[in-house]
Amino acid sequence: MNLTLHVWRQKNTGSAGRMERYDATDVNPDMSFLEMLDVVNEGLISSGKEPIAFEHDCREGICGSCGFVINGIPHGPHKGTTVCQLHMRHFKDGDELFLEPWRAKAFPVVKDLVVDRGAFDRIIASGGYITARTGSAQDGNNIQIPKGAADSAMDAAACIGCGACVAACPNAAAALFTGAKISHLGLLPQGQAERDRRALGMVAQVNAEMFGTCTNVGECEAVCPKGISIEVIARMNADYLRASWKDRGARKESGE
Amino acid sequence: MKLDSRIPQGPIETAWDNSRFEMKLVNPANKRKFTVIVVGSGLAGASAAASLGEMGYNVKCFCFQDSPRRAHSIAAQGGINAAKNYQNDGDSIYRLFYDTVKGGDFRAREYNVYRLAQNSVKIIDQCVAQGVPFAREYGGLLANRSFGGAQVSRTFYARGQTGQQLLIGAYQALEAQVATGRVTMYPRTEMLDLVVIDGKARGIITRNLVTGQIESHVADAVVLGTGGYGNVFYLSTNAKGSNCTAIWRAYKHGAAFGNPCFTQIHPTCIPVSGDYQSKLTLMSESLRNDGRIWVPKKVGDKRSPSQIPEDERDYYLERRYPSFGNLVPRDVASRAAKAVCDEGRGAGSGETALGVYLDFAESIKRLGRSTIEERYGNLFEMYERIAGEDPYKVPMRIYPAIHYTMGGLWVDYQLMSTIPGLFVAGEANFSDHGANRLGASALMQGLSDGYFVLPYTLGNYLAANKPDSLKTNAPEFAAAMDAVKDRSKQLLSIKGKRTVSSFHRELGKIIWDNCGMARNAEGLRGAISEVRALREEFWKDVNVPGSEGELNQQLENAGRVADFFELGELMCLDALERNESCGGHFREEYQTPDGEAMRDDENYQYVAAWEYKGEGNAPELHKEHLEFAYVHPAQRSYK
Ligand SMILES: Cc1cc2nc3c(=O)[nH]c(=O)nc-3n(C[C@H](O)[C@H](O)[C@H](O)COP(=O)(O)OP(=O)(O)OC[C@H]3O[C@@H](n4cnc5c(N)ncnc54)[C@H](O)[C@@H]3O)c2cc1C
Ligand code: SF4
Ligand code: FES
Repeated sequence: MNLTLHVWRQKNTGSAGRMERYDATDVNPDMSFLEMLDVVNEGLISSGKEPIAFEHDCREGICGSCGFVINGIPHGPHKGTTVCQLHMRHFKDGDELFLEPWRAKAFPVVKDLVVDRGAFDRIIASGGYITARTGSAQDGNNIQIPKGAADSAMDAAACIGCGACVAACPNAAAALFTGAKISHLGLLPQGQAERDRRALGMVAQVNAEMFGTCTNVGECEAVCPKGISIEVIARMNADYLRASWKDRGARKESGE
Repeated sequence: MKLDSRIPQGPIETAWDNSRFEMKLVNPANKRKFTVIVVGSGLAGASAAASLGEMGYNVKCFCFQDSPRRAHSIAAQGGINAAKNYQNDGDSIYRLFYDTVKGGDFRAREYNVYRLAQNSVKIIDQCVAQGVPFAREYGGLLANRSFGGAQVSRTFYARGQTGQQLLIGAYQALEAQVATGRVTMYPRTEMLDLVVIDGKARGIITRNLVTGQIESHVADAVVLGTGGYGNVFYLSTNAKGSNCTAIWRAYKHGAAFGNPCFTQIHPTCIPVSGDYQSKLTLMSESLRNDGRIWVPKKVGDKRSPSQIPEDERDYYLERRYPSFGNLVPRDVASRAAKAVCDEGRGAGSGETALGVYLDFAESIKRLGRSTIEERYGNLFEMYERIAGEDPYKVPMRIYPAIHYTMGGLWVDYQLMSTIPGLFVAGEANFSDHGANRLGASALMQGLSDGYFVLPYTLGNYLAANKPDSLKTNAPEFAAAMDAVKDRSKQLLSIKGKRTVSSFHRELGKIIWDNCGMARNAEGLRGAISEVRALREEFWKDVNVPGSEGELNQQLENAGRVADFFELGELMCLDALERNESCGGHFREEYQTPDGEAMRDDENYQYVAAWEYKGEGNAPELHKEHLEFAYVHPAQRSYK
């Protein structure tokens, strides 16, 4: 099949970008979307042009490196699928595709379809962990965890940190990502000691990173390749509220 | 070069405890005066960096991805072994040790493997404490599954995403240290050279992948946890960015390379579908529990599988290995698949038909679709997503692919290479798996190295080396930076006609055909000269667009492929030198009359450690003889 691509080209963070048109010819339906772009790039290089920069690594849908917007939808039209796992058999001859990077103030464009998601790492550093100094742990079976709680924690822990949720959100909020981590750790008995600190720290960092405010639109859940449920946002809000109340009470008591 | 493995004396059960006691300690107040560079943020690198940060060292950690959480450890599916014996099925540290030494076909160090088995128990505790959501039983206790090469159930898992969850645990611990300021993280930064001063590893040269800036970093010790080199084959189950550059640069500065030809081929991957193919995807080994593997009996039979009647099918594993059948170990299953395809009986209608059927029809009939769905639903979905066929109706097509590299930089018992101050952890070292790795043992090794070995052995090294005032303005750094810059300039100035990928693909095919599942002297000799010729052409005709001072993915890749050429040649040389078959290394000349691997313990019971002797000179082979005082070497049989 033959396709027409319109791709966002931008030299670096500081410069302005624009859409450019390319033809993708003889596309094999068994190719992945990124393999189709590989072939386009080989052609560009051979004709002396600069290849399109896009992020990728595992190409198995698990590292969270890849991701851009295809015709307005982060990771493209196939539900529950990262672009590296999206195959060309879901498109048809003559399709016209518009490829753009994640658009969010907190994710500046680095080049073409590559953005800087460093904000996510800083959110994790602000409380998205359980402190367990190496070598200090008790026997793993001393902590019994009901299967249901372990399964729900795993559902939330499946997040790959790709950033599609932010790109889909009209407010460019990071609520699904942050909520997923707060839920993963908060659902486990090991995560209770730091639960309040975690919610306060992570939410404060989200605000400092210029992400927008969640207004429960739900677009994030629709595009998340790992099916993270919007429930995690409710859990984050509850944890945050509870922690803020406690924090206020504690400050009052100490006369602050 | 003299290889001193520093294996402790005395009984194996107490060797690690005793050597830890003998190790020197760094005074807590002095720890922050030492800077340690950790290259890599996979299980090995992240666990080491986080632990060293907690201890108070000043740590700098590097990765080429945009976040440390994306290291390729994330892709591990199946699980991690530990000798917990929670299932009360007779497991023990000694049994895990025994299985691993035997599974490695008696080409690993006993003392290292024993320590690994001891640490396995602590790894699970550590990860649970961090919040890794391992699978649980209804009673709330940790669940286990079985894996190849073992008769006990000792594999811990988190759905099909064990690597992801273990890495996220280590990554979170790492980020917690970043927040304290004890670890500085350098994402999108690639190590391009090692700096050795007065015979010791003292720093690295890096390229900032966004700005192209070449920078120097000085340290008191350097740890490499940069993963495996399976991408020398171009098509592998590794991530696209996985590379050998860090360990190869170290090799060129005098770090010996151990067993480069020991690579692992996984029997169940989705086959290549076209020449645009960029990587191969693993399908979990567990599928072989219920799937039957077959090919047509007739050569060149292009009928669709449903049209091939039962009596015209060859269930070749069941036929050749009646007692293990479809569950023979990885190396045996892979070679058998290659053999039937070489005969022209491969499955599928394509020209080459490189694939065999993995058929679930019988188990669906016997157990019902819902049972199969419950056991393998997510894998079937993944297969359908990639191959576009419904495996409930049409048998899967699978073929072996490169998956893991047992070889890597040679290290002693303390994980130090032949360059003092240079430590190597995880898949990047050659240590614990011998000639074949058992499933679910790589994750265990990476975390054992990072959480429970390096924190002691690195301290032991640093305690004997006072912090000094070395800075990056030392002339050695400037010289190394110039060399790195020159190399990039050279790559960019060739402006030839062929793309980097086209060279990589061709290199991969040479290595796969001659140094893959089966090897022979003639093929290996031919491959060495082919690789040399192709490498020469690369440096004359490669086309690397763009410039140095920007994000330039083609330039990154060109540098990596240039190193793969050199490593590929060393792999072939090592395979040629080892005149025996063992584990994943199958030399066609050394097999039993019925086609099984034939080891030669008298002459090859050693680790091959290669020393670089300068461009244009042959590398020198050093041998570390292996002793087996506990597990007696025997022939593996699966008939
Ligand atoms: C698909 C797949 C499934 C697997 N499943 C299992 C399993 O179920 N059980 C099991 O035990 N094992 C499994 N393995 C093997 C196991 O996952 C790996 O061996 C292990 O995770 C390697 O960890 P590592 O820390 O050594 O390296 P990696 O996780 O590969 O990390 C390498 C790190 O080094 C960095 N790096 C590399 N080069 C440079 C450079 N030049 N400069 C800067 N940084 C650099 C990278 O950015 C990265 O952070 C699997 C492997 C694959 C590919
Ligand atoms: S919540 Fe989903 S969309 Fe958002 S970063 Fe995680 S995996 Fe990606
Ligand atoms: S490249 Fe890893 S998720 Fe797509």
